[in-house]
Amino acid sequence: MANMTMIEAIRDAMRIELRRDDKVLVFGEDVGRVGGVFRATEGLQQEFGEERVFDTPLAESGIAGLAVGLGVQGFRPIAEIQFIGFIFEAMDSICSQASRMRYRSGGRYNSPIVFRAPFGAGVNAPELHSDSLEGLLVQTPGLKVVVPSNPYDAKGLLISAIRDNDPVFFLEHLKLYRSFRQEVPEGEYTIPIGKANVVREGRDVTIITYGAMVHTSLTAAEELAKENIEAEVIDLRTLSPLDTETIVESVKKTNRAVVVQEAQRSGGIAAEVIARINEKAILHLEAPVVRVTSPDTVLGFGLIEKQWMPDPARVIKGVKETLEF
Amino acid sequence: MSNATVKSQSHVVHTEKVEPLTVLNAQGEIVNEAWMPDLSDDQLKELMRRMVMTRTIDQRAVSLQRQGRLGFYAPVSGQEATMIGSEYALKKEDFICPGYRDMPQLFWHGLPLYQTFLYSRGHQHGGQIPEDVHVLMPQIIIGAQIVQCAGVAMGLKKKGSKNIAVAYTGDGGSSQGDFYEGINFAGVFKLPAVFIVQNNGYAISTPFQKQTAALSIAHKGVAAGVHSVQVDGNDVLAVYSVVYEAAERARRGEGPTLIEALTYRFGPHSMSGDDPTKYRTKEEEKQMETFDPLVRFRKYLTERGLWNEEIEQATVEEAKQLVADEIKKAESVEKMTVPGLIDSMFEVTPPELEEQKQWYEQ
Repeated sequence: MANMTMIEAIRDAMRIELRRDDKVLVFGEDVGRVGGVFRATEGLQQEFGEERVFDTPLAESGIAGLAVGLGVQGFRPIAEIQFIGFIFEAMDSICSQASRMRYRSGGRYNSPIVFRAPFGAGVNAPELHSDSLEGLLVQTPGLKVVVPSNPYDAKGLLISAIRDNDPVFFLEHLKLYRSFRQEVPEGEYTIPIGKANVVREGRDVTIITYGAMVHTSLTAAEELAKENIEAEVIDLRTLSPLDTETIVESVKKTNRAVVVQEAQRSGGIAAEVIARINEKAILHLEAPVVRVTSPDTVLGFGLIEKQWMPDPARVIKGVKETLEF
Repeated sequence: MSNATVKSQSHVVHTEKVEPLTVLNAQGEIVNEAWMPDLSDDQLKELMRRMVMTRTIDQRAVSLQRQGRLGFYAPVSGQEATMIGSEYALKKEDFICPGYRDMPQLFWHGLPLYQTFLYSRGHQHGGQIPEDVHVLMPQIIIGAQIVQCAGVAMGLKKKGSKNIAVAYTGDGGSSQGDFYEGINFAGVFKLPAVFIVQNNGYAISTPFQKQTAALSIAHKGVAAGVHSVQVDGNDVLAVYSVVYEAAERARRGEGPTLIEALTYRFGPHSMSGDDPTKYRTKEEEKQMETFDPLVRFRKYLTERGLWNEEIEQATVEEAKQLVADEIKKAESVEKMTVPGLIDSMFEVTPPELEEQKQWYEQ
């Protein structure tokens, strides 16, 4: 066991897979010599050489297109997009090319690619660095979308993503990179993609969330416990494919649900989670499912982003709405 | 500044006009012996056979499309010298990243004709490239194949292969950001790649003059530090020579080449309602017919006693028979199903898709 931050756990996962499989490559802007702007790849070029871990020109479409071509040649690229706001330049390669490769070729080719990108508000980054764009990504058939909430999950999920023969978008919340440490096993282990995790058990209400909001929701749950309200908290871990079963099982037990997401309200993960609850468990509900989200505006500039996004008080408010319905 | 009476201009970047390489002129005469490719009589005849077959297949495909037996189809007549000459200069193991008009290169590189028909009809098996055929499926997003080509070339290089990657696009494609990103990556990593721009004068209706203020598309390679050439794209011998040389450069580890081939498409952009009379004149079309790549090469071979009407007719018949057989084969391929579509999204179909599949299986 080692005590790691999430960024260290992510680096450890890449190091393990670079060692294990010659076909694994790591590249992107500034990932080689300096080890990435967040040091996620620090030391990897020194250990594995420039053929395996390398800097690219500053061109996101080029990076993602390179990954698609390398995938066709049997490599397993880990392509870093420096910040989430820059994925639009690469959207064609991610959402039209990599995600369709298996289908378009009838299985002849595939895209065993991991696209990694930091995202998420709360660290006062410049604009267009911190958005929550997972809603756009989960709309893409053929693409898996993973969001870890802690170091242990990050390592196990990233190893799974690298070994996956289909493209995975791996979203790393900026606020979680170094905010806390956790015991993480030293060797390899995997956490299956597509499985949610019940991170707190409770009987009164289910809070379904992911990413940094897992911690916001857990804080809220502890506050609620003081009032004898026991919230169950589900960390989705994977947004596509979504683990409907875990959500539905919990809602059948608690009969109330609140979905918490940092992203804007409409058309996102929360909406999808609620649709699935409606399909599978509507008759078990004692109250409408509540969404605690950011408003349908652009992500505010640095000095307002903390007020903009959900905090424990808003989660508590949402929970009480379902309880007092 | 006091001594300077004339402002120096040494800080200004200059480029000069380029002349396309021609080996065989429009009259069918060899005008550039030095660039005459080293091809046997049989190989020269094979080039002609392929061009004639390609034109016949194209004419048949246009008619099949009108009958509703093909779907999306982009005619190729006029561009045969570039398409056939370039593909013929490659090894079978070289990897082609095509655009949607590049069906002839795919076919001559090994993709069965019925699969190109299936692609046109909208059947998944059209893209199911056989194991021993080294191509990607036709790219619809203009420019995407260029960044992918850099990736394929990098993969080949990392494996220590002597094979190269080739991307095709058109004059319009050279305006895309991905065009610059792809050739720039290839330049930086010194990749074994050849980028072939078939400049047929029009991106659907938009003329070349509205694509760029550059002196030529070949000049764009200069900005990326990529070896760049311009060739008469209606001259199959010149095209063969420059592509062969570019491929050899790439194999020797000397990096990528950008080739601009000047050509013309006789037909519409596609069979989906494009009307060339709206954007080009009859006079222009008539004049461009005098540059027909088949006419000049036929003349050259005929004068050398390598081609005659009898061979031509036999070749046309061969192509017609092939089309007849292959369209039949395409039409008899098993229909696709929604469960089959669902199962081809991922290596392992996730539970939520399994559930959706059940709707279509009941």
